Amino acid sequence: MNHSAHSTYIARDKIFTAARLLGVFLLFLWALLAASAAYAVVSDYATYGKYFATFLRGAGTTLLLVGISLLIGAVLSLPLALARNSNTLLPRFLAYCYVYFFRGTPLIAQTFLVYYGFGGFREFFSTVHLWWLFRDPFYCALLVFSLNTAAYQAEILRGAIASVPRGQTEAGRAMGLSPLMIFFKITLPQALIIALRPYGNEIIIMIKGSAIASIITVFDLMGETRRTFSRTFDYNTYLLAALMYLVMVETLRRVWVKLEQRLTRHLLR
Amino acid sequence: MLELLSYGDSGWGDEIIAGLSVTLSLALATLPFGLLAGFFIALAQNSQDATLRAAANIYTTVFRGLPELLTLFIVFYGLPLFLNAVYGLFHPAPDLQINNFLAGMLALGTVFSAYAAEVFQSAFRGIAKGQYEAGTSLGLSWIRTMRFVIVPQLLRLALPGLSNLWLILLKETALVSAIGLPDLLRQTGIAARVSKEAFLFFGVACLFYLLLSILSSFAIGYIERFTQRGEKI
Repeated sequence: MNHSAHSTYIARDKIFTAARLLGVFLLFLWALLAASAAYAVVSDYATYGKYFATFLRGAGTTLLLVGISLLIGAVLSLPLALARNSNTLLPRFLAYCYVYFFRGTPLIAQTFLVYYGFGGFREFFSTVHLWWLFRDPFYCALLVFSLNTAAYQAEILRGAIASVPRGQTEAGRAMGLSPLMIFFKITLPQALIIALRPYGNEIIIMIKGSAIASIITVFDLMGETRRTFSRTFDYNTYLLAALMYLVMVETLRRVWVKLEQRLTRHLLR
Repeated sequence: MLELLSYGDSGWGDEIIAGLSVTLSLALATLPFGLLAGFFIALAQNSQDATLRAAANIYTTVFRGLPELLTLFIVFYGLPLFLNAVYGLFHPAPDLQINNFLAGMLALGTVFSAYAAEVFQSAFRGIAKGQYEAGTSLGLSWIRTMRFVIVPQLLRLALPGLSNLWLILLKETALVSAIGLPDLLRQTGIAARVSKEAFLFFGVACLFYLLLSILSSFAIGYIERFTQRGEKI
């Protein structure tokens, strides 16, 4: 595509083009990396088996953290998205500020703000019996991630709701349905199908972003990896964790593609 | 409270501004490296050679799938190991250190380039084949066709995606505080620990990041109008 017709002609004639040489060399480098990591693991099977068990526990924590945050975020995102689309100025403005803050600042800064920042108000939270929430790093991460993904999911949902044709709402009204019924039975189901792909991306972003929880001492996959590395200084622990993250993300991505195909099969012509 | 934020010995204003400049310079140093790498990876993904395409696709799949924090640690701990292994072939006791800034730049640039490659690739699809042929028929070399015909259009098509990546990059620079680079978040973190006013200082950090995104949005709007100047009737 990016070659002129001339170089295409040459590429067919030669077996070893520059591109082929470069490609083979780069593939060789990837294979070398994979082989050296595999050799290290096989040569010390017992140790890495132990690491792997620990990391699996960490991955469980990661999935738990991400799963619950996504659910809470989904619940929060609906009123946020509606407020963003509202005709009244005040809710629209407040929802806009909320979304802008959470999308405009780094997740890690938000996490520090809640975990370390709210620690300064210990007496206040103790009197309202909420100190258990802000004392525990896991709950703090859960809170921040939920609020963060709520902002992103609200934007996804808002865009999706706005892209459902107006005729759908009008048809509902012509049939005498109540506004609530129109929203939940007609607009929302169609919006969710449009939002399916960005939702998948958001889940992947959350799985990756959840590694930040390890900095406030949550022992998720990244946290277990850092703990193991700080004891052993074994670099392969990071490669093992990388492999596990890759498996999680790639599996989810592929499952999501299948899911999308399945759910939109009535739209294919 | 204002005294804590003042500029000078009594306040943390100067330290925070120094951190802000580290954050900004890291993002600005990463950008050209990431853009260039991303462009070449997109070229490789569009290559006619299957091995080159495969190598490029592995690259984007891996670095788009890994958490940025993990990539950062892999580069930060891995690069000295790798360099010392190579240097050790010539030297009996290799002891190369790697600069935090460089490690941060490489890690963020790697992630950026993987995403930028995807943006460039979809922009490539928006350029008609006739444009390449027009370049060839004018007698331009491949490089000149790229330089004068393809890249100007490519930038216009890729700009929305790339500006999104820039905003993400600005936020991701905050991760380098984990490897000890004195960026905005690390400096405010030190201030928070010493002064015991964590909420204030992390709040200030968040405000600075917001400010950076707002300023970037303005700059992006300006660049967008610049690249679209040929589109006006």
